[in-house]
Amino acid sequence: MSAADLTRWDASRLAAALQAGEVSSVDATRAHLDRIAQVDGDADAGVHAFLHVAGEQALADAAEVDARRGRGEELGPLAGVPVGVKDVLTTTGMPTTCGSRILEGWVSPYDATVVRQLKAAGMVIVGKTNMDEFAMGSTTERSAFGPTRNPWDHTRIPGGSGGGSAAALAAFEVPLTVGSDTGGSIRQPAAVTGTVGVKPTYGGVSRYGLVAMASSLDQAGPCGRTVLDTALLHEVMAGHDPHDSTSLPGPAPQVVAAAREGASGDLRGVRVGVVRELGGEGYQAGVRARFDEAVALLTEAGADVVEVGCPNFAHALPAYYLIMPSEASSNLARYDGMRYGLRVVPDGDGVTAEQVMAATRAAGFGEEVKRRVILGTYALSAGYYDAYYGSAQKVRTLVQRDFDAAFGQVDVLVSPTAPTTAYRLGEKLDDPLAMYAGDVATIPANLAGVPGMSLPVGLADEDGLPVGLQILAPAREDQRLYRVGAALEALLLQRWGAPLLARVPEQPATAATASSTTEARA
Amino acid sequence: MSTTEIGNVPFEEAVAQFDPVMGLEVHVELSTVTKMFSAAPTEFGADPNTQVDPVSLGLPGSLPVLNAKALESAIRIGLALNCTIASQCRFARKNYFYPDMPKNFQTSQYDEPIAFDGWLDVDVPASEDGTGEAFTYRVQIERAHMEEDTGKSSHVGGSTGRIHGAEYSLVDYNRAGIPLIEIVTRPLTGAGRRAPEVAKAYVATLRDLLRSLDVSDVKMEQGSMRCDVNLSLRPSPDAPLGTRSETKNVNSLRSVERAVRYEIGRHAGLLRAGQRVVQETRHWHEDTGLTTSGREKSDAEDYRYFPEPDLVPIAPDPAWVEELRATLPEPPAARRRRLQSEWGFSDLELRDVVNAGALDLVEATVAAGASPVSARKWWTGEIARRANAEGIDLASSPVTPQQVAELQGLVDAGTLTDRLARTALEGVLAGEGSPAEVVEKRGLAVVSDDSALTAAVDAAIAANPGVAEKIRGGKVQAAGALIGAVMKEMRGQADAARVRELVLERVGAS
Amino acid sequence: MSDISRPEVAHLARLARIDMTEEELDRMAAQLGAVLDAVEQVAAVVGDDVPATSHPMPLRNVTRPDVVVPSLTAEEALAAAPEVEDGRFRVPMILGEEA
Repeated sequence: MSAADLTRWDASRLAAALQAGEVSSVDATRAHLDRIAQVDGDADAGVHAFLHVAGEQALADAAEVDARRGRGEELGPLAGVPVGVKDVLTTTGMPTTCGSRILEGWVSPYDATVVRQLKAAGMVIVGKTNMDEFAMGSTTERSAFGPTRNPWDHTRIPGGSGGGSAAALAAFEVPLTVGSDTGGSIRQPAAVTGTVGVKPTYGGVSRYGLVAMASSLDQAGPCGRTVLDTALLHEVMAGHDPHDSTSLPGPAPQVVAAAREGASGDLRGVRVGVVRELGGEGYQAGVRARFDEAVALLTEAGADVVEVGCPNFAHALPAYYLIMPSEASSNLARYDGMRYGLRVVPDGDGVTAEQVMAATRAAGFGEEVKRRVILGTYALSAGYYDAYYGSAQKVRTLVQRDFDAAFGQVDVLVSPTAPTTAYRLGEKLDDPLAMYAGDVATIPANLAGVPGMSLPVGLADEDGLPVGLQILAPAREDQRLYRVGAALEALLLQRWGAPLLARVPEQPATAATASSTTEARA
Repeated sequence: MSTTEIGNVPFEEAVAQFDPVMGLEVHVELSTVTKMFSAAPTEFGADPNTQVDPVSLGLPGSLPVLNAKALESAIRIGLALNCTIASQCRFARKNYFYPDMPKNFQTSQYDEPIAFDGWLDVDVPASEDGTGEAFTYRVQIERAHMEEDTGKSSHVGGSTGRIHGAEYSLVDYNRAGIPLIEIVTRPLTGAGRRAPEVAKAYVATLRDLLRSLDVSDVKMEQGSMRCDVNLSLRPSPDAPLGTRSETKNVNSLRSVERAVRYEIGRHAGLLRAGQRVVQETRHWHEDTGLTTSGREKSDAEDYRYFPEPDLVPIAPDPAWVEELRATLPEPPAARRRRLQSEWGFSDLELRDVVNAGALDLVEATVAAGASPVSARKWWTGEIARRANAEGIDLASSPVTPQQVAELQGLVDAGTLTDRLARTALEGVLAGEGSPAEVVEKRGLAVVSDDSALTAAVDAAIAANPGVAEKIRGGKVQAAGALIGAVMKEMRGQADAARVRELVLERVGAS
Repeated sequence: MSDISRPEVAHLARLARIDMTEEELDRMAAQLGAVLDAVEQVAAVVGDDVPATSHPMPLRNVTRPDVVVPSLTAEEALAAAPEVEDGRFRVPMILGEEA
């Protein structure tokens, strides 16, 4: 079996082959490391999905899993499967930069809970994926270490902030990745790369070790090429964590079973609401066309589809752009050059700590981070708190009420994930408002804490780029995403005859000098 | 420091002209074994940066989880201060940059404290100079809230002779995240010239109360209890409040009193000179007894408080709160009043006991069987004298209340004279065992064997025939010489009264 | 309300401890003004009767037992420090005193 084949396999197929002893984790890991070496490139060319590849460690971990399997040890369903982790989760033994100069080279002395869960499940972490600096962005262009390129078209954005995690899947560099979603950073990249991504219910996955942007919105989640793969990873990550006060108690939702159930394609009895406010004007024609076809498929599968109004979703975007920067301005205060990370000392005698902090933050933060920190500082300041932060928290209540009302009528809501397909790199770099507008459909879920999934529903006619459909479910009902998502995926597969990602162009090989054990990437 | 130095007005003049208003903010470090929001240890005096974890270092990705014991302590403190316990409250972030604060925000409580609207009765003793009577002052408590401590920075260079530009600081984060309760009073008015004494008595009363709750070490010298003194003056009690100064770093009871006195004089000096009082933070200097200007509070100080999104609201179960209320110890002031009445002590006697730090010891000694009077005499007398000579606290003295009661029992039974009992105490302190064992080992017991005494008396009579003759002739007072001789022979271990009886008896018989 | 002056941005930058050049301040003022125009509608749509939501999930009373869990050694704690002296984090001179 050739290495190229292994990288094309879904995680579930690879996991089955590993369990059956047909392939070793070392072989699977080496195949993916080779693929990364061939196509990932660097800041200037290639996909650039990874900021760091831990080849030697990954191969050692893979060998360990193989040895344990050889001894007949009981292993988790994904043991031995390679996985990429967004560089916003802390990892011992490899850097965690959050895509920022201010944390360049920082190695955490502790593992995020999610990372511990991956390791406990025997998964092989191959490296850290690229992202907008501190997850602030929708394009991954805000990474201090250079953008990630969309495997469908290297001149296009891969989405953001988790463009690295999505692009790595679409470029077959790794079968599963972990992302984080504050306003759509898992779902929007999934949509524009033709992959699957899930933002779990807030509190469903631990945030301990997830470097915070906006604490009340951030949520780590699974990314995969299929709904079932994503479910398998979701179950590894989910569950209560005593290190996170906002972690939900009680058992995690049974998402793998739901994905398997949904794969039958039968949605009889399922009530689906199409969100009236998310569609129509401002949405690209090709996006609307693919979305409408997918909704028609849901009806064919037996679902009761109705239109549902969520009037306050219109205010979600402005509320988000007050709450998120406010929390971020406080969460990012700790990067000051005193204890870890970059320290910039201005010239001159008698330089004070205060001056070093201001110089370090000026040099270490990129423009988007500075913009949000200043905006958040403003929104929280004494004279403006009530008008801005306070009002935004009230809008949050209104958005939750819309969800409550909607879920009184339907089991899940659907919308396009993003208004457009992948736009060109640089296109919205100087227009933050235009970029923020792309989050309009994903943000309500973060404000209300409900789970959301994006899955591919085809390519837009006008540009041949992937379109994503978003499914939203009530809090703690993540399994509904998987049931409906898997059904839709199965019906689309029937129609297409092959997965959408089979149509991703072959990736140009980069200056293939890098060996599979390349350590430093950025 | 301001460029124009204006002299302080003498205290008595200042309080004759102005009405002082105080506000006291006391920070108490709880004696939990872990930090407010993480499981890092809180051992005092450990090597730098050994009591830390990702949370107390503010590492990226770390998250706080509230210490259940700290919450319980906060509620108990609130209850002991007669506060209302919030049915629901939250934490907030207080945002400002400082290198000893790892996250550059302090997790605290802002508009929703755990406890609020309480009071504490403070017994202010009579002035030492006799110019004021003892009285009780009710301090209104505005709030008690939970927060976390900062790390500690120490300054290197500068005045220690390093070259210019080589100054820097070293930061130890062991203290960062240690649970604090901040107790804030409402403005203390109406104390007039007694204000410094009220302030001291309040902090002392609070310290005793917290100690009785067993929630903190309350060691001001180690910083586990710290006091900030806000002070302002106004021309009269019905005038609006004046501009206040906030004096930090006031870390002994005596300093609380001195700092208030100093600030009253300083404010009065400024006001008399027609200058404005600057609202600012000032620092108390124990050595010089002065305050100096810290930083001016300006508009730039905007803490941008907002609800801490990493912690969830606290809504204590009312049944649990009542359970905690039911198990509160008796408040120290009430206990003192009760014990005074039970023991029949005068105010002065009780104060001696309290000042000697002997209240618990006397109580335990009485419980072990001694009379209150004898227990008081031992602890404020001989034992206090010896502890003082050793330079140790009474409570650290190796003698136990049980041993003191036993010692007194031996005196009461006539086994020991007071003088012998003091010798026995010396043996107990030296670790020679229980009082009975010391008496046994050292052979201290009063000789009550009449045959031995009679022999000694007869010997004395035989050796002093002239004295015996005088006694027989009616000069009974001459017996003193014989008694002295016998006591000397017995090395003091005889009851002098019994010796006298025997002398008179044997002189007549011979 | 959405007009944000350059001195105001300068004040915010000081509060946030970020040095900014004159040119950056100008650009930031313009951009923030535009963003604030777009977000200020939030105040208009909520009435006083709407409660604020600061946590998406209604959890209460999450605590942990007061039990030490061994964590970092001093070496680990100091490993990423820009400068270390005497087991402590060495930082530039601190002006003023703690708040």
